Amino acid sequence: MNPLLATVRRDVLLALRRKSEVLTAVFFFVIVTSLFPLGIGPEPVLLKKIAPGILWVAALLATLLGLPRLFAADHLDGTLEQMALSPSPLGLLVAGKILAHWLLCGLPLVLLAPVLGLQFDLDASALGILTLALLLGTPLLSLIGAIGAALTLGVRGGGVLLALLVLPLYIPALIFGAGAVEAHIAGLDVGGHLSLLAAMLVLAAFFAPWATTAALRVALE
Amino acid sequence: MGNHGGLEGGIGVKQSIIHWFKYASPQSFYPLAGRMIPWFWAAAAVFGIAGLWISFFVAPTDAQQGEGYRIIFVHVPASWMSMFIYLVMAFWAGLGLALNTRVSGMMAQALAPTGALMAALSLWTGAFWGKPMWGTWWVWDARLTSELILFFLYLGFMALQAAIDDPRRADKAGAILALVGVVNIPIIYFSVKWWNTLHQGSTINLNKAPSMAQTMLWGMLLMALGFWMYSIAVALTRVRAIILERERHTEWVKHALE
Repeated sequence: MNPLLATVRRDVLLALRRKSEVLTAVFFFVIVTSLFPLGIGPEPVLLKKIAPGILWVAALLATLLGLPRLFAADHLDGTLEQMALSPSPLGLLVAGKILAHWLLCGLPLVLLAPVLGLQFDLDASALGILTLALLLGTPLLSLIGAIGAALTLGVRGGGVLLALLVLPLYIPALIFGAGAVEAHIAGLDVGGHLSLLAAMLVLAAFFAPWATTAALRVALE
Repeated sequence: MGNHGGLEGGIGVKQSIIHWFKYASPQSFYPLAGRMIPWFWAAAAVFGIAGLWISFFVAPTDAQQGEGYRIIFVHVPASWMSMFIYLVMAFWAGLGLALNTRVSGMMAQALAPTGALMAALSLWTGAFWGKPMWGTWWVWDARLTSELILFFLYLGFMALQAAIDDPRRADKAGAILALVGVVNIPIIYFSVKWWNTLHQGSTINLNKAPSMAQTMLWGMLLMALGFWMYSIAVALTRVRAIILERERHTEWVKHALE
């Protein structure tokens, strides 16, 4: 089997046998977005205005929640070293792990976002744009996050450090992702935002597995 | 490359390559840095005093902003240096990653606190300038926001290096982070800029720089040179401390400290 698909299959299978870890991030997303109306007040006009930002920030944080586990278990039991020694290139296996992370963490967020958007009084077309923007943006979050996860592998206070490293790099995704929905609500064209998001995704898909592999090799030395 | 005996009189280019790689070893870089530090301190003092003299006594009072504008003589050089130091830091980090030279990683580590200091100084003086001029400490302007993010990037670099015990691993991990940061800085800058124009919240436009008096420009340039020399002097002092700390088990450090 293709090593990339084999890695994806393995990671997804492992995660499905320990469902709680995947579900934690998803529930976190649901709870955080539901807290904002409680903190701010139920006024639909205000909620509609802040909805894109809240949903996107919650998606960033939910992605961050699953990142420390991306390589930690494989690092602990030595699987990662075997991957580094295996004949298939480590970059390909890493790309598989990132893809699995997105399937388990990013895709549920994309599917849930329209439902949560209803809480904020977004109409159908805005929900569509939100879903599309998250569909383009969440793989980007997984790709950039993987670099941070590899850099902080086995490091003291890794989780908090990971947030410090990765969140500033998430800012462009947040700006264009939330910006697309805001522009749509304001009646502007969203093509530019989505194109830039897609461009960043392509760029990250090329560079991030490479940088992640370099960081993993440093961690494995 | 260690052969310095009979081949000294070789071709000039080759000699210079040998010469530079010699200082990639901490043992030979340590005394070189020690010899350079006083010169950079002297240059920092000369440029700093000249720049302060021009900016406080020669430069005219601004017609619109009064005396308060003089804070830009600190603010602008600090902002320039904060960006420039990140590039230099990433350069050393990349060099260390590519050539596996130890001093390069130490240089990157030594530059980070100065860069973070410059970014913090730039934000702080910017707030002091903004309060009398705009009536607010902070606006979500593109430049202010990207400077803040740059400050976060410095903090992340320093935190990552501090969290890893093995210095060689810390250098390499930091180097990868610095290079990722350098790729991201233009993306972050332009996204923040676009975000800012989309929102159009504040009416302040920083891009419309008023035509500056010649003396003001000179004051700013001299201050920038002073900051630059100061940064080099401080980074070299810090790199000497790092070399001593990391090489403390070696014989030459024991001799050097006697």
